[in-house]
Amino acid sequence: MTQAPPTEPVVRLANVGKTFSRGDQVVTTALEAIDLDIARGEFISLIGPSGCGKSTLLRIVGDLIEPSSGDVTVNGKPARRARMDRDYGMVFQAPVLFDWRTVEDNVKLPLEILGKDAATRDRRAKEMLELVELGDFLKHHPYQLSGGMQQRVAIARALAFEPSILLMDEPFGALDEMTRERMNGEVLRIWEQTGTTILFVTHSIPEAVFLSSRVVVMSARPGRITKVVDVDLPRPRNEDTRESRRYFELVTEVREALRRGGGLDDAAELEAAASEERTIAEGAVG
Amino acid sequence: MATAAGVADPGAVPSVRAEPRPASRGRRALRWVLVLAAIVVIWEGLKFLGGTPWRAPLAVAGSGSPVLWNPPFRWPFVNDLNLPHVWNILLTFGQPFQRGADQTVGQYLLGAALYTWREAVLGFILGSVIGLVLATIFVHARILERALVPYVVASQTIPIIALAPMITYAFGGNIASVVVIATYLTFFPVTIAMIRGLRSLDPRALELTRSYAASRWQVYRKLRLPASLPYLFTALKIAATASIVGAIVGESPGGIAEGLGRVILTFNQYYITGPEKLWAAIIASGLLGVAFYLIVRGIEVAVLRGRPGAADG
Repeated sequence: MTQAPPTEPVVRLANVGKTFSRGDQVVTTALEAIDLDIARGEFISLIGPSGCGKSTLLRIVGDLIEPSSGDVTVNGKPARRARMDRDYGMVFQAPVLFDWRTVEDNVKLPLEILGKDAATRDRRAKEMLELVELGDFLKHHPYQLSGGMQQRVAIARALAFEPSILLMDEPFGALDEMTRERMNGEVLRIWEQTGTTILFVTHSIPEAVFLSSRVVVMSARPGRITKVVDVDLPRPRNEDTRESRRYFELVTEVREALRRGGGLDDAAELEAAASEERTIAEGAVG
Repeated sequence: MATAAGVADPGAVPSVRAEPRPASRGRRALRWVLVLAAIVVIWEGLKFLGGTPWRAPLAVAGSGSPVLWNPPFRWPFVNDLNLPHVWNILLTFGQPFQRGADQTVGQYLLGAALYTWREAVLGFILGSVIGLVLATIFVHARILERALVPYVVASQTIPIIALAPMITYAFGGNIASVVVIATYLTFFPVTIAMIRGLRSLDPRALELTRSYAASRWQVYRKLRLPASLPYLFTALKIAATASIVGAIVGESPGGIAEGLGRVILTFNQYYITGPEKLWAAIIASGLLGVAFYLIVRGIEVAVLRGRPGAADG
């Protein structure tokens, strides 16, 4: 993994756009004129209404989808080069664990693909599972774990090969509110311990504010960045943070930014959500 | 974090799906015996009502023994020619295969079944490998899939008896032609199931491997293939029984004398004088199919151990 000089952003998006076409007809403009620099060690949340293209943007950063226009530079190189160098760890809304592998072997999967030796695989898997506090569950199978535990395994797997950027696509969207808040605490602790840069897609305003150093607010159709909110809440953040006045002010600020950029009727939202689904399906083909 | 420790309690892990209950195997065997008993009761019950007059078994008492029961009706489909008594079929297994032969029907059928099984296994293995290779190619090349799958499907709509003489002529009237026919019947279910199985991965799993910059071969070996195993075994169970049918059908035009195919033809010719023998051959074929199925099933249980739902089906 090549480290960019500290002054250079880890991720630089310059005028990135994405359109989906059928034949030679442009059907949807998913993203338009996205400019964003992410510094090393930042925790950036992307928030916006369903179908605003935030998942598409995450996939463009991770070179799972090609942008229609603009440039994506990651660690000073094109996104594709960064992917080949294994600079990305991915976590999705579903844990995407493999039932035939134990928890430990799921975490080892990327290490096997990277050709690490057995001793390294054992050590890293154990370290990562201890990091997510699942050290006692190495030999369990994923289906024996709760949803929150499965998602922690997915995080351990994403971190196993020490990627410089963690891309998280609504990772806690399927969890109940209590588990979600606990997982927020977990992910902050992991972020502080590993120093990984995190790009985090969510549709939960409190989650975005609680976690992030900056919240990137997007509007739908076409997806644009309408506002970037600097979150100046002190760290370490904990349960008291959620009750502080500044926290509520920031939540309100993000909510108002969302509302201004929104103005979606339900039909448009449904259509936009469907286009996002297509995006994921198309990205998976390659 | 106190709450996290609470979740991390091993006691909280659902153990429902962990192991199949030990009682279930005995219960399954009992169910099987009960079904068998029910078939025998219905079989003999029909004969009791409308069959040929009941006499002591031919093999024990000889011909001309007194009538033990005279059924009130005469239904042709349950007379002794169409539906021999269960005990007569069972006794046939112990009788000499032919007049003056030193082998019993049972021994002869066992030998024939093993011979046929050998052909079927070869066809099964060959067909499964071909099915796996075809599915692998199709999953990685959609153009080939679109172009060739219709022919794969069409191949199975041609009655095997139309093809068997050609295959026999092409490969000579020997075991090779039988194996080819068994292969022909087995590659299909494996191809179709594996196209599905190799695509059964979550699309996000493919995004994941893309983010690892994994090669196609790594994705295939580490994810596609293991994900497809439940599909593979479902197909193999179908293929196991199909391969036996293929082998039996394939033996006849090839004039292979050692297998079940010839036995069935022979007993067919002597059906009027000894219908029990054909029934015995049918039972032997059925048992062979079940035995092969159970072998595949046993391998499936061993290979899929630890997966959810591995013990069912």
